[in-house]
Amino acid sequence: MATIAMGHAGAEAAYAGKRGLWSWITTVDHKRIGILYGVTAFLFFLLGGVEALLLRWQLGAPDKTFLSPEVYNQLFTMHGTTMIFLGVMPLSAMFFNYFIPLQIGARDVAFPRLNAYSYWVFLFGGLVLNASFLFNAAPDMGWFAYANLTSRQYSPGLNVDFWIIGLQILGIASLAAAVNFFVTIINLRAPGMKMMRMPMFVWMSLITQVLLLLAFPIITVALVLLMLDRNFGTHFFVPSGGGDPVLWQHLFWLFGHPEVYILILPAFGVVSEILPVFSRKPLFGYAAMVFSGCFIAFLGFGVWSHHMFSTGMGPMADTVFSLGTMLIAIPTGVKIFNWIGTVWGGSIQFKTPMYFALGFVAMFIIGGLSGVMHASPPADLQQTDSYFIVAHFHYVLFGGSIFALTAGAYYWFPKMTGRMLSEALGKVHFWLMFLGFNLTFAPMHILGLNGMPRRVYTYSADMGFGFWNAVETAGSLILGLSFLVFIVNILKTLRRGAVAPADPWHGATLEWSIPSPPQEWNFAVEPTVEGRDPLWELQRTRGALPEPTRVSGKGIHLPSPSYWPIVTAFGTALTLVGFLMHVTLGVIVAGVAITMLGIFAWAFEPADH
Amino acid sequence: MAHATAHAMHPPTATGLDTRKLAIWTFIGSECLFFATLISNYLVFKGKSLVGPLPHEASQCVLHGQMTTCEPIFEIPLVTFGTAVLLFSSFFVVLALNGAQHGNRKRLIGWLSATVVCGLFFIGMQVYEFRHFYHKGLGFTTNLFGSSFYTLTGFHGTHVTIGVIWLATLLVLAIRGKIPAEKSLNLELAALYWHFVDVVWIVIFPVVYLMR
Repeated sequence: MATIAMGHAGAEAAYAGKRGLWSWITTVDHKRIGILYGVTAFLFFLLGGVEALLLRWQLGAPDKTFLSPEVYNQLFTMHGTTMIFLGVMPLSAMFFNYFIPLQIGARDVAFPRLNAYSYWVFLFGGLVLNASFLFNAAPDMGWFAYANLTSRQYSPGLNVDFWIIGLQILGIASLAAAVNFFVTIINLRAPGMKMMRMPMFVWMSLITQVLLLLAFPIITVALVLLMLDRNFGTHFFVPSGGGDPVLWQHLFWLFGHPEVYILILPAFGVVSEILPVFSRKPLFGYAAMVFSGCFIAFLGFGVWSHHMFSTGMGPMADTVFSLGTMLIAIPTGVKIFNWIGTVWGGSIQFKTPMYFALGFVAMFIIGGLSGVMHASPPADLQQTDSYFIVAHFHYVLFGGSIFALTAGAYYWFPKMTGRMLSEALGKVHFWLMFLGFNLTFAPMHILGLNGMPRRVYTYSADMGFGFWNAVETAGSLILGLSFLVFIVNILKTLRRGAVAPADPWHGATLEWSIPSPPQEWNFAVEPTVEGRDPLWELQRTRGALPEPTRVSGKGIHLPSPSYWPIVTAFGTALTLVGFLMHVTLGVIVAGVAITMLGIFAWAFEPADH
Repeated sequence: MAHATAHAMHPPTATGLDTRKLAIWTFIGSECLFFATLISNYLVFKGKSLVGPLPHEASQCVLHGQMTTCEPIFEIPLVTFGTAVLLFSSFFVVLALNGAQHGNRKRLIGWLSATVVCGLFFIGMQVYEFRHFYHKGLGFTTNLFGSSFYTLTGFHGTHVTIGVIWLATLLVLAIRGKIPAEKSLNLELAALYWHFVDVVWIVIFPVVYLMR
C-alpha cells in the first residue's frame, strides 16, 4: 500500500517525462486525477445542459410536439441525474483532488491508487448510465425514481435498471474517494496545521466526505432492494406482496437530503476561500463557519421527510420535519452573514472569481428563501410538485453550486494550468450567465404558484403558462451562450494565455506558495504552518514573497504509476453490469474475477517499482 | 497497545494514528450505515408477511394457501452455536495478532488458522441453514420475511466470506514468513474488519433470531 515517504531516495520524478495516454491511464498523481475529473465532469455537465436545452425548447410554447412524452421523461430524468452525479459532484471532486493536498501541505492524498480507482469507476459509471440512450432506454422515472412506478410491472423496460446499476457504480466511486479524502485531511496535514487552522475549503470538504460516507450506504441498500424487486421477484416496494412504496421514499430521501448538502458544502468552501482573498480580509467568523457547517451536516440527516409532506405521514411527523428544516436555516444564515461580514469594509478586487462568488451569495439567498417556504407543510402542499420547487432547487444548485464552482474554476485555473483566463471574457461569461440564469429560473416561482406542475412535457394554451415559459426558454439559450463564452475563454487561454505567477491573487493559502502549475511533488520542502491564512502570515513577517523556483525533485519519493486501479475499476463496473439485465452470471463471474485479480495485484505491487 | 516498531519509512501523521488503520475505521463507519439500513429494512417488514413460513411460532399464519398454526422456522440452537464460533474467531484473531506483534510465527499461524476455520464453519452453518429453510418452504420471494432475512444475512455472509478470503491470504503470507513484527499492521487491519463483521452479527442475532 502506498504511503508517501518524503526524503526517501527513489526514482526521480521528473514531470516532463510523463506524457501520453498511458501516463494518464496509470497516473496516481492527485493533480492529474483532479484534471481527469474536471474535464470528464465538464463534458457530462455540458451533456446535461444540452438535455436541459431540449427540455426548454419543448416547453417554450404550449402544445409543442418537439419531444414525445417518453423522450421528455428520459431527458428530464437524465438531466437531473447527470447534473447531480456526473456534474456537480465530480466537479467538486476535481477541486477536492487538486487542492486538498495542496492546502494542507501534503504531497498527495493518503491512497493515490485508490484515488485513481475512484476516478475510473466514476467514468465507467457515467458511461454505463449514458449507454442507456443507445438502447433507447434512458432512465425515465425521475432522478428520485419513486416506487412503485419503478416496479417491473409499471416500468418493464431497462430504463430503471440502467439507473440502478449506473448509480451503484457511481456510489462505489464516491465511497472510495470519501474514505481517501477523509483520511487525507485528518492525517496528512503539514506540521502546525491544526484542525482550526485548516482552510475553510478543506473543512467543508471534510464535512462533505463524512456526509458521503454516511449517506451513500443508504442509497446502496435502497438500490439493491429495488433491483431485487425488479429482477428477483421480491416485494419490498410492491403493495400486492405486502411491501410499501413509501419505504422507497424514506430510504431515498435519507440519502437524498444529505446528498444536497454534499452538493452545496464544497461550494460554501470555495466561496469562503474566494471572498476573503478578493476582499483582502480574513474570513469573518472562522469558528462559526466551521461549527455551522458541522451543524448543517448533522441536521441534514434529520429532515429527509420534508420531501414527503404530501404522503400523509400525519401531523406529528410533519411538524418534526418542518421544525428541523426551519432550524437548518439558522446555521445557513450564520454563513451568509459571515460572508457579508467578510466583504464588509474590505478592499474589493472586482475580478471574475469575485463576481461569481458574490453572485453565489445573492442567488443562494434567494434559493434558501424559497426553501424555507417549503418547510411549512401546509404551504408545501401547494408548492410540491410545482415549478416553485424547480425554481428553489435550481437557485440553490445552479445559483449556488454552479456559480461557486465556476468561481473556483476562475480562481484556481491559473494554479492548475499556469495561465491566466481572460478577465474580459470572464466578465462577459458572468453577466450572460447571471442574466440567463435569472431569466430561466426566476419566472418558475411565478409559474409554480400559478399551478404549473413539474415533470409535464407540455401544457395547453389556455393555462396561461405560455409567456413565462417562453421567457425561460430564451433565458436558457442565453445560459447556453454563456458557457460557450467560457469554453472559448478556456481554449484561447490554453493556447496562448498570459503566463500566471505562483500567486496572481495575493492568496492566503498554501497552494499559492508553489509554482503554477505545481511540480509533481507539490512542495520542494514540506511547509510548517503557524496560523490560519499561512501565506498572509508569512507576508506579514517577511514582506512580499519571491516567485518560487522550480526544483529538480531529486530525492523526493513519489508513488509510482499503476494500471491496477483502472483494471480493478473495470472489474467493479463489469460485475455490476452483470446485474443489468436479470442476472448474467458469466458477466458477474468475469467481473468478480477481474476485480479480485486487480485487488490482489494492487495489494502486492511494491509501492515503488 | 501497538507494539510493531514504526518503520522509518512512514512519516509522522497529523494524529499519530497509522493512516491505513484510520482508513479501515473510516470504512467500517460507513459500513455501519449499510448494515443499519439493512437491519432497519428487516425491522420495517417484521410481522408484515402476508404468508408463512414465519421466524417464530404463530397461531395465525398462511402456509401453502391454508390458514394454520406455523412452526418456528429458526433453529436457534444451531445458530447460537454458530454465533459462538464467530465470537471465538474474533478472540482467536486477537491471539494471532498478538503472535504477529511478538514475532511468534507459530502462535500467529496457529491462531490465524483457527480463525479461518471458524469463519468457514460459520459460512457453512449459514449455507446449511439457508438450504434447510428453502426445503421448509422459505424461498427468497416467498414472503417479506424471506426477502428481508436472506438479503440481510446474505450480505452479512458475503462480508464474512470476503473476510475469510482476506484472512486466508494473510495466513498463506504468514506461513511463508512474510508477516514479521514490523508488518503486523497488515493483520491488524484484517482483524479490525473481522471484528466489525462479528459485531454486525452480534446485532443481527438478537434482532432477527431472538426478538419476537
